[in-house]
Amino acid sequence: MKVTVTVNGREYVRDVEPRLLLIHLLRDELGLTGSHWGCDTSNCGACVVWLDETPVKSCTVLAVMADGRRVTTVEGLGSGDSLDPVQRGFAECHGLQCGFCTPGMMLTARWLLDHNPDPSAAEVREAISGQICRCTGYENIVKAVLWAAKNGGQG
Amino acid sequence: MTGHGPIAAENKPYGPYGPVPRKEDARFVRGQGTFVDDIRLPGMLHGAILRSPLAHARIVSVDASAALAHPKVEAVLTGADLAGRGLAWMPTLSGDVQAVLATDKVRFQGQEIAFVVAQDRYAARDALELIAVEYEPLPPVIDALTALDEDAPLVRDDLAGQTGNHIFDWTAGDRSAADAVFSAADVTVDCDMVYPRSHPAPLETCGVVAAFDAVTGRLTLWSTSQAPHAHRTLYSLITGLPEHKIRIVSPDLGGGFGNKVPVYPGYLCAIAAATITGRAVKWVEDRSENLMSTTFARDYHMHGEIAATADGRILGLRARVLADHGAFNATAQPAKFPAGFFHIFTGSYDLQAAYCEVTGVYTNKAPGGVAYSCSFRITEAVYLVERLVDMLAARLGIDPAELRMRNLLQPGQFPYTCPTGWQYDSGDYPRALAMALDIAGYDELRREQAERRAHGEYMGIGISFFTEAVGAGPRGHMDILGLGMADGAELRVHPTGKVVLGVSVQTQGQGHETTFAQIVAHELGLTPDDVEVVHGDTDRTPFGLGTYGSRSTPVSGAAAVMAARKVRDRARLVAAVMLELSPDDLEWLDGKWRVRGDPERGAGIAEIAMAAHSSLELPDGVEGHLDASVVYNPPNLTFPFGAYICVTDVDPATGEVKVRRFIAVDDCGVRINPMIVEGQVHRGLADGIGMALMQAIAFDENGNCLGGSFMDYLLPTALECPSPELGATVTPSPHHPIGAKGIGESATVGSPPAVVNSVIDALAPFGVEHADMPLTPANVWRAIQGRPVRPDLALS
Repeated sequence: MKVTVTVNGREYVRDVEPRLLLIHLLRDELGLTGSHWGCDTSNCGACVVWLDETPVKSCTVLAVMADGRRVTTVEGLGSGDSLDPVQRGFAECHGLQCGFCTPGMMLTARWLLDHNPDPSAAEVREAISGQICRCTGYENIVKAVLWAAKNGGQG
Repeated sequence: MTGHGPIAAENKPYGPYGPVPRKEDARFVRGQGTFVDDIRLPGMLHGAILRSPLAHARIVSVDASAALAHPKVEAVLTGADLAGRGLAWMPTLSGDVQAVLATDKVRFQGQEIAFVVAQDRYAARDALELIAVEYEPLPPVIDALTALDEDAPLVRDDLAGQTGNHIFDWTAGDRSAADAVFSAADVTVDCDMVYPRSHPAPLETCGVVAAFDAVTGRLTLWSTSQAPHAHRTLYSLITGLPEHKIRIVSPDLGGGFGNKVPVYPGYLCAIAAATITGRAVKWVEDRSENLMSTTFARDYHMHGEIAATADGRILGLRARVLADHGAFNATAQPAKFPAGFFHIFTGSYDLQAAYCEVTGVYTNKAPGGVAYSCSFRITEAVYLVERLVDMLAARLGIDPAELRMRNLLQPGQFPYTCPTGWQYDSGDYPRALAMALDIAGYDELRREQAERRAHGEYMGIGISFFTEAVGAGPRGHMDILGLGMADGAELRVHPTGKVVLGVSVQTQGQGHETTFAQIVAHELGLTPDDVEVVHGDTDRTPFGLGTYGSRSTPVSGAAAVMAARKVRDRARLVAAVMLELSPDDLEWLDGKWRVRGDPERGAGIAEIAMAAHSSLELPDGVEGHLDASVVYNPPNLTFPFGAYICVTDVDPATGEVKVRRFIAVDDCGVRINPMIVEGQVHRGLADGIGMALMQAIAFDENGNCLGGSFMDYLLPTALECPSPELGATVTPSPHHPIGAKGIGESATVGSPPAVVNSVIDALAPFGVEHADMPLTPANVWRAIQGRPVRPDLALS
C-alpha cells in the first residue's frame, strides 16, 4: 500500500506492506533510528513518537495509519543546531544513562510541557508512567523535565 | 544530604573529578546513539529463531522444506546443519555445554531449534511458521526442590555419566565451628526463603550483525556484548576462526545489567548464516525471546539460620541453598566459584563463625543464574542475612537499627577477614548507618508508625546494611574459561597533548566515556575534553574481561590510572631534557612537572608530548613518545557498603504496598563523578522496588514461562519509585590506586531486603514473620491471611 507521511516536516512516500509497523517504517525504511523498539506490547514506550500532536507507541501503530498525517520523532526535536529545552534538561540533569528510552521520554515530556508548562513532579511522573526506563529510577528524568519547564518551556 | 556538597568536601583535591556533564549525552539526546539494531549493511539479511513451545521433549524430526521454499528465505539452519559443522553445541561460561540449535531434545520452553535467514525481518518471522517440528513430549523438571528426586526426569542425558540433575555441591566456612556456635547460642532463628527467578530485562534486547569476508577471512560482529574481548576468544575457540581475524564491536548498549555477558545461540547462528550465505546477517531477539531464553537471575531456594546471645550479640550464620541453574549450567562468574560470591553472606557483622553449602541443579527452564546487577550472587547473600537480622530483632524485641548498630564491624577491625575468608578492605559501617538513620529521622518515623498503628494504618520501616565484594578479581584465583580477570588500558598521547584512552570494559549506560576521561585528566593535568575514551571495539582496545560485577572502575579504572602514571613517568624524562635538568630535580605538582624549589619553571603534558615527538635529542632509553599501556591485576576485591532505609505504607485490605521514602547512604570509596554515582544508586533502588514488589519469572507445572512479556513481567514505573534521599560517606579502598570501589550494583544488591523488611515490619501486627518476594498485592494479602506466598500466582 502506498503511504504518504510527513516526518519531521519532510514528506515521504513509500509502498509498504499493510502490516508494517510505524516503528519499522521509521527505522528500517526511512533510516530514522532515533526511535527505538523495546517490547512489542506497548508497555515500554521506547518507540514513542508523535502522530500529529499526540504521543503514540509506534510499535502498535500500523504505518498505513499514519498515511496523510504528521509524525515527529526525536530527530525532529529542537531546530537545526539548537536543542529543545527538554533535550538540554536531560543532559543537564543526568536524565539518561544508556539512552535507549530517552527519545520516547523526551517526546512525552515535550507534549506535557506544551499542555502544562509548569507541571509538578507528580504530574511529570504521571505523564511518563506508560514508559519504562531501566537505568535512572526516573528521578533524574523528572528533574530533567522540571528543568526544561524552568529553562525555556516551549521548544 | 542530597547533592554533591559533602562528597566534594571529602574528596579534595578534585581536579577534573566532580559532577561534570556526560560526554555521551550529546549523541543520545539527539537520537544519534548507535545501537546494534541501528546497524544496516548493504545486502544485509535478517535472522529469526524458531523456539520450542515445550519445556522438555524429544525432537523426532525438523522439516524446513516449506520454509526454504518461501520466496524471501535465503537459508534455514537446523541443529543437524550445525552439527555437520561442529557448531550444534557451544561451551558455556561455567564449563558446561549448551545447545546452539537443538539436535536431540528441547530442554526448556523457548529453546532454539532452527534459524531462518530472509530478506527482511517480517519474512523471516513468517517462515518460522512453515517449519514443521515433531516432538515427543517428556515430563519436565520444573520445581528445583524435586530435581534431585530419584524418579525425576533426567534433563541432561547428553552428558556422559550424568545420572541425575545434580550439578555441584559447594561449601564455604567452617562447619564444625559454626555448629559449635549454634549449639551454645541463647537464641537461634531460621527461615526458608526464596529469592525468585528474575530477569535483567535491559530495554534493548540482545542482537548481533555478523559479516564475514571470505576473501580476507575476517569476521566482524556488531554485538550486544558487555565483554567483547572474552566473546572474541570464545568465538575463536568455538568456530575455529583465528582470533586475530575476528573483530567484535559492541556499540552503544541499551542497558545490560548482566544480560549481555553470555554468548547466546543467536549470535552463533548469525555467524554461521553469514559464513554460509556470504551476506551480512542481523539477528535481534524480541522481548519474549529475551525474557524466556536469555540469562535469568537468582532462583535461590535458601534456608538460613542466625545465632545470637540473649542480649543481641550475633554469633554465627548458616545457610543451605538449592540453586536452580536451568537446563544448561551457563552462569557467568569466576570459574572457581560455582555459587558466585554467595559466601559473603556473613554480611557486615562481627561473627564468630559461618558456614554455607550450595547445591546446583538442572531443571527444564532457561539457563543462567548470575545476572541482573547481582555482583555474582551477593544480592542473594545480602537478602538472606538482612532478613535473618530483622527476624532476630523481632524475636529478641530489639529495634532492628539498634541490633545492627550493636553488631556492625567497627572501623578499627579493617582489614577484616570474615569467617568464610573474604578480606574486607576498608569501612566505617556505624557512620553510614548513623547517617541513614539521621536522614530518615528514624526515631520520629517509629513514633509515627506507632500512632498510625493505633489508627489501623500499617506503615513499615525497613533497614538493610550491605557489604559488597566487587572488582573481580585477582587473576590468580579468578578466571572465566581460564581467562584471568585482569583488564587493560592503553593511552596514546598525541603530539598536541590530546589523549586517547582505550579500555577493555564496556559501558551500558554507566558513563565510562566521561568517568574514564576524568580519571586520566586528573592524573595528567588535562581536562576531560582532552581525553577521548574508546571502548567496545576489540580492534581498538586492549584485552580484558569486560563490564559486570561492578568491575569497571575497580579494575579498568585502576588500569587507566596506572597507564596515566606511566605516561607521567615518561614525560618526566623528556621534561628533564627540555629543561636541561635531572629527572630528580622535577616534581609533579598541580598538573605539571615542575622544578623543585622553582615551581614557576616546568612543563605540562601537552608541551612535553610535542617535545617528545620533535627533533629534541633524547638520551638512550628514552623513546620519542609518551604512550603507555597497563594490564591491571587487582590485589584484592574492593568492598563497597551502604545503609538503606525504606518506608512503606501497606493497605491490608488490598495488599497494596506504596513505597513512600527510600534513603540510601552509599560508600563506594572515592567518587570520580558523584552525579553518575548517584544515578547508579537511583537505578538500583528502582531494581529493589521491582524485585521486592513486582518482578518474578514464574512457570506453571508444565514449564510454561509465565513472565514472557512486559505485561506479565512487571517493571517499576515512575509511579512506583519515590524520589530517593541519598547520602554518602567516603572510605577509600587502600589498595586501589585512587581509592575507588565501584558502585554499579550496590543499590540493586542492597535495596531488596530494605523493601521486604519494610513490608514485613508493616505486617508485624498480623503476626507475619516472613513472606517471599514478589510482594504483590495478591501475595501480601495471602501473607496477611496466613497462606503461602506463590510466585506463580503473584499477579492473580
